Amino acid sequence: MKIQEADAKSLLLAGGLPVPSWKVARTPAEVEAAARTFFAAGAERVVIKAQVLVGGRGKAGGVKLAGSAEETREVGTRILGMDIKGITVRKVLVGAAAEIVKEYYLGAIIDRASRRIVLMASAEGGVEIEEVARRNPGAIHRVSADPELGLLAFQARALGLAIGLRDPLLSPFVAIAEGLYEVMKANDADLVEVNPLAIVAETTPDGTPTRRLVCLDAKVTLDDSGLSRHPALEALRDLDEEDPTDAQARRLGINFIHLDGTIGCMVNGAGLAMTTMDLVKHYGGEPANFLDVGGGARRETVRGAMELILGDTKVNAILVNIFGGITRGDEVAAGLIEARAQQLREVPMVVRIVGTNATEAARLLMEARFETATSLDEAAEKAVALSKGASL
Amino acid sequence: MSILVGSDTRLVVQGITGREGEFHTRAAIAYGTKVVAGTRPGKGGQTAIDGTVPIFDTVAEAATQAGANSSVIFIPAAGAPDAILEAVDAGIRTIICITEGIPALDMIPVVEAARRAGARLIGPNCPGVTSPGRAKVGIIPASIHKLGRAGVVSRSGTLTYEAVQAMTDAGIGQSTCVGIGGDPIIGTTFLDVLKLFRDDPETEAIVMIGEIGGSAEEEAAAFAAEHLKGVPMAAFIAGRTAPPGRRMGHAGAIISGGSGTAAEKIAALEAAGVRVADSPTQLPRLLLEAGYRP
Repeated sequence: MKIQEADAKSLLLAGGLPVPSWKVARTPAEVEAAARTFFAAGAERVVIKAQVLVGGRGKAGGVKLAGSAEETREVGTRILGMDIKGITVRKVLVGAAAEIVKEYYLGAIIDRASRRIVLMASAEGGVEIEEVARRNPGAIHRVSADPELGLLAFQARALGLAIGLRDPLLSPFVAIAEGLYEVMKANDADLVEVNPLAIVAETTPDGTPTRRLVCLDAKVTLDDSGLSRHPALEALRDLDEEDPTDAQARRLGINFIHLDGTIGCMVNGAGLAMTTMDLVKHYGGEPANFLDVGGGARRETVRGAMELILGDTKVNAILVNIFGGITRGDEVAAGLIEARAQQLREVPMVVRIVGTNATEAARLLMEARFETATSLDEAAEKAVALSKGASL
Repeated sequence: MSILVGSDTRLVVQGITGREGEFHTRAAIAYGTKVVAGTRPGKGGQTAIDGTVPIFDTVAEAATQAGANSSVIFIPAAGAPDAILEAVDAGIRTIICITEGIPALDMIPVVEAARRAGARLIGPNCPGVTSPGRAKVGIIPASIHKLGRAGVVSRSGTLTYEAVQAMTDAGIGQSTCVGIGGDPIIGTTFLDVLKLFRDDPETEAIVMIGEIGGSAEEEAAAFAAEHLKGVPMAAFIAGRTAPPGRRMGHAGAIISGGSGTAAEKIAALEAAGVRVADSPTQLPRLLLEAGYRP
């Protein structure tokens, strides 16, 4: 699950990391009021950042500086309501603009290959890390946390030294790296990223210039499998930004991604669901969704999944492809029959059920007069034909 | 011969009294797998599967009293990491974890503990392993298999069934079919299984089923180019048309230096001499084209 920058910053702050203060605003008036508090505290300029879960908001014009309260209101008016990659901006983060001396990248991820938490750092901060990985992979330094002992101080030091940090900023970097690792563990995150981690120039209350490392941005994604043990984090889910069908799919425990085509797909297993989509395209159709009913789906789940598919008015044909292992074919067939009895609109459907309890499923489907297919290719071809108006 | 499971497998089912545990234990026994024990803490001394399988409180008892040497886990996510560690501690050599939904961070120390103990962990979130005609451990349907000499390794569950069914329909039997699981942190990788197949005198051809994300297919391709010359191989990669950014982890893409798309994986495999299918049903034909004679 992705969470907004402001929520990610709250998690970093709770982990003891240095994050400059911010406010979240939902209207231009709130933006101005928030900006005034930062100006009153001595800020020369404030930064206004769109809170959206998609990348590239800076390039899209969703991050702007302003030098006066009036200007922040104008900027707020422009950014709020703006469309960034199909997402409407409903809130912004407001904070004092930092005087940045140098930008770094620091991130913690779960690395599949080494099967460890890996911390990555780069002196090329403030730009997309994927871009750095492509252009100059040697500029990204990595250390792997010990599976049992965790991230060790010498590893964090090595990372800080590798990106060129020295006294007096090395110790703060080590504390930040260790904090990042702890934030990851404490929240079951699979990614915690600070980009940029910046050296900023500040003035202490007595007028002395000083430099310190602060987290100017934060990105955290949470492991969906760990969410059930962090009920407070579930509240960070941004319902504004998700399709209403996402919540419905979550309640049913199925994986659902809405796409633009006309053929609704219901499949068990993510790999087979992707393959089914690939074959629908291969035979000239367009899938309306990716839908994995999961392992061991019961009839209620199948009924709910069918509702989700039919809720998309562009769907004009449905392809059900179930290869039963832990999922039992007869249970799916029973769910399909119940769903059809209740559904509000009639859409041509082709059903393929093989594997566990397929014989019982075949009997149920035959009695209920469902159109069936034996092979995956045959099912995909039939669904494409149905979608193009053919009657089988 | 076969890899991972075979006629010498003596299986303990952890979670034998649950809905899935019981259902798939019956299927395993019907297939001929030697299921010697089940565990259910607090029900030791009772029996499961119509009185045919003794229940023990612990895996250690199943190992010492019933001679279990392999385990399969049908325990919900909250208890599954502990179940794996219990099996490791009991000296079980092959541990197959079917459970899905285990938090990735929980698996990191568990995978390490299994590795240090020299135990082979398959999964989690995997369909299991079948060596046709000898043993079936997990949830792969029995009906799709045929005994033969092609090894199958897959990151997917149901997609594996699709591929194996297509092979069986075409008369190409399997030595062993291994579902390694689709989670970010798994005990056994493509590469590990390819090494086992290379060393298995019975396996003469290999089918690999991958999907988008991560770099396991690329690593397997590099291994195949170097160490599996002359072994007929065919592969399928799911997710050619998947929308970018939704399933493919941003993090995975970075750590592997930008790989993870189907196109990149297919290119790596083809460069290694592996034939890549457009549909899983084409896999048998590609194996034959690669020179395999079943």
